[in-house]
Parts: sequence; C-alpha cells; structure tokens
Amino acid sequence: MIDLLQYDFMQRAMIAALLIGLTAPAVGTFIVQRRLALLGDGIGHVALTGVALGFLTGTAPVLTAVLVSVLGAVAIELVRARGRTSGDVALALLFYGGIAGGVLLISLAPGGSNSTLMSYLFGSISTVTLQDVWVIGALAVAVLGVVAVFGRELFVLCQDEEVAKAAGLPVRLLSLLIAVTAALTVVIAMRVVGLLLVSALMVVPVATGQQLTRGFRSTMLLAMASGVVATVGGLTTSFYVEAPPGALIVLVALGGFVLALGLGRFVRRSRPQESRP
Amino acid sequence: MRGGQVSLDRRPVLRGIDLTVRSGEVVAVLGANGSGKSTLVRALLGLTPLSGGSTLLYGAPPARFRDWWRIGYVPQRLSVGGGVPSTIREVVASGRIARQRRLRPTSAADTAATTRALEAVGLADRAGDPVQALSGGQQQRVLIARALAGEPDTFVMDEPTAGVDAASQQLLADTLAGLVAQGRTVVLVAHELGPLEPLITRAVVLRDGCVCHDGPPPHAVGAHALPGHDHVHPHAEEPPASPLEWRPTS
Repeated sequence: MIDLLQYDFMQRAMIAALLIGLTAPAVGTFIVQRRLALLGDGIGHVALTGVALGFLTGTAPVLTAVLVSVLGAVAIELVRARGRTSGDVALALLFYGGIAGGVLLISLAPGGSNSTLMSYLFGSISTVTLQDVWVIGALAVAVLGVVAVFGRELFVLCQDEEVAKAAGLPVRLLSLLIAVTAALTVVIAMRVVGLLLVSALMVVPVATGQQLTRGFRSTMLLAMASGVVATVGGLTTSFYVEAPPGALIVLVALGGFVLALGLGRFVRRSRPQESRP
Repeated sequence: MRGGQVSLDRRPVLRGIDLTVRSGEVVAVLGANGSGKSTLVRALLGLTPLSGGSTLLYGAPPARFRDWWRIGYVPQRLSVGGGVPSTIREVVASGRIARQRRLRPTSAADTAATTRALEAVGLADRAGDPVQALSGGQQQRVLIARALAGEPDTFVMDEPTAGVDAASQQLLADTLAGLVAQGRTVVLVAHELGPLEPLITRAVVLRDGCVCHDGPPPHAVGAHALPGHDHVHPHAEEPPASPLEWRPTS
C-alpha cells in the first residue's frame, strides 16, 4: 500500500477515489430514498456528451462535463416534476441522446476516437491529472456542503414531497439541488470509476448500509464508509491486476453488499424479536 | 376558501366551494369515496393548484404564506417509499423543520418536542425502530406525531382513521381531545368518525365536488358513520340508480 503511493499518478488517483467514496454514497442515500436510483445513470450518459464537447473545443473535459451534466440533471428534474406517465420514457430519450451525442462529437474532434472515450466510460487510474484533482476536490466540498447544510430539508423532501410543501420548504429548489448535486457527483466519479459505473457507487453502498442499519443517518454514514472501502480497495487492486479501476471498485462494492446481506440476516436473528402488536 | 374549484386531468373535482375554518373549530370533512374530500384539504393548503377561486391561509395566499409552522399536515399514508430505512424518531423529528433554520443545529427545544410527540402517540419506547417495520396503524401514529412535533396551531389530517385499528383510533381521539382543550384548530377528512365523533364541532359533507351540508354534526352522521354503513349521507339522498339507463344527449 505504501509503495503504491510513491507514484504521483497513484497519489492523485487515491485522493480522487477517497473523495468519490465519501460523496457518491452521501448523495446516493437521498436519491435511493426518492426512488431515483437510475438518476445517476442518466446523468452519466449525458455527461459523456460533455466530455466529448471538451475534446472538440479543446477545453478541459471535466469542466464541460460539469456544465453539460448539470444542464442534463436540471432537464431530468423538470421532466420528472412535469410529466407523470411519460417520465421514464423522457429519461430514456435523454440517456440515448447523451451517448449518441458523445460518440458523434468525439469522432468530430481532432484526433479523437471512441477509444478516447473508453477511459471516461470505465475509469482509469493513470490519467487523473492534477487539475482533475483540484476540480474533484472543489466539487466534493460543494457536494458535502450541500448535504450538511440542506440535509434536514432534503430528508423531509425525500420522505414526502407534499409534507415538505406543507412545511413551507422550497420544494422545487430543493429538488433541483438534489439533481445538480447528483450531476456534480457524477463528474467527480467520472475519472476514476467511469461514467457507466458511476451510478453503482451511488446505489450499492446505500444498499449495503441499509442491510445493517435502522435509521437514515446511520445508513448514510455506513454507506460512506463502505463507499470509501470500495473505491480505495478497488483502486489498489487495479494497480496490481491492471484492469480498469471502475470495474474493480464496483465489484468490491458488490462484494461488500453480499457480505452485509449475510451479516444483516445474522444480526437480525440474534436481535430480540421486534414486537409487532 | 372562496369559490374554490379544482380540476384534475380536466375533470372537475371541486366545483365552487366556500369554506372558512375558524380558529378553535374541529371540522370533519365527510363524504363518499371520490367526493373530493382529500382534494379539498389539499387545495386548502395550496398543495393542489386551484383552477378557480382562491384560498387563504391565515389571510395570505399559499404562495406568500410564510408561517408554515402554524400548520401541521398529516398526509393519508406514510410514503416512506424509498429503500432507505428511517427510525421513528428521525421521521417525527423532521416535523420540526418549519421551525428550524438552516445552519442551526437541532436545539434542545426540538428534541424535547420530538420526545413529547413520541410519548403522546405511545411510541417513545420504539423511537429507534425503523418505520418500515410498523403496522399501518402505527405508521399513522408516526405521521400524527410528526405533525405534533411541529407544535402547530392548526392540524390538517387526511383520513387519520382509515385502515387504523381500534386501539390507534382511540389513541388518536384522546390526542385530539388534548389538542382541542388547548384551543387548537383541527380539520380532518374522515370516512368514518368512530371514537372521534364527540370531538367534532362542525361537519362539512361533500358530494360530487359541492358542499351539501355544513354545520353542526347531525346525529345521523354518527350512526351513518359506523363501519359497515354504505356512507351515503342522509342529507344527500339519491334515487337508487337503475342498472341500465339511457339518457338522450341534448
């Protein structure tokens, strides 16, 4: 582990992984609570267009990805709030548009090819630049700040939108806030986990956490802990086996879930029976 | 509310309702399924947009109303739909939200109010359990406790007795009696009043989106509100519908 950190690129990737492990499950808890588990996926697809746009215009792909994915997230939220029946179809349209747009734009970019996109789709440890680390750091602070400041209100919103409205909360603003925060998280995770697997890191640690917990806050904390274990563990393994880190991170996270599933059964059985009158 | 009209999917649900709830009243909104009871209370709070007329909360339209802490809304069911478990205490404590400020931690008053609300509904000993593990009646108690925790002046409850066991209904009646004694206002939607009946000071009966009775709860409401009755209000008698009926258009 120590010798691993002698490499500069590994230090940068490790910092990024740590931040991803913390932020993705924190946002994911709210998203899962709202039954929007696929939101991350949708934004990931849209972000691909942003990445390609960066290559095409010669600006940093991380920045264009932030821009496009935030716009995409806002669009998804508006569609969700507006449409009742066609919401998932509209989301699907956005997904495909994102992928198609990304592939088209990258092939138009000078010297770009689909293989350029591969590192964004599945993550890569050797390509995290110092600029990426700074952007990721700033976004992570923003995301965790939102969770800390608005957490209480977001909890009410994710429980029941009407009750949130009847408590005088700015429901529309908070919904947009969740969507935008999710978009930022996708961009944070993009470099290391990859856009196609980003969503896993928002959902799987939360699923892991809730096997063992009874409350919202404890679920979130446990999800963040298991998220960090997955990203750091997966990244370390990827250094030795030379496979895309995204795949290994998600597999470690899934392994954690299976472990928690068994452990949860065991804990619940040994716990005194919950009274049910 | 004045001349309140609501349409859902272009189908008129409420057609011109005038209703003013005075402070300290205990109003029961009664009516058959689909008569617009729930829509009425939701429209009163501004949760469902009006297609005509206006509604005022303490003199202000919902969009400009700021004192949301004065209102405690109890929705029809617990929509802890999401996959994330929440403890009873977490849900009840969230009822304080309208009284809390951003960036300010939970105060001792918040914690005390949450504990009082939990005790009022008899769930204090289970505060750490996930709400998902509760029965329907107990979940309803959690929702009521959440509204209690906010210490509002006015409670708006959507079917607090629906699908709730007798013990929980009695507990709700006792809790309400305490609130009424403190001079709080209560508006509740009910299918059947059960043990709540003696508390009600005013009954509003809806039929086909119109108020067909507004006044003191007639005795008949009690008898007709018993479980098993077909819930057709005596003031709103309808000729028995013929199994087949043809009406020429125009």
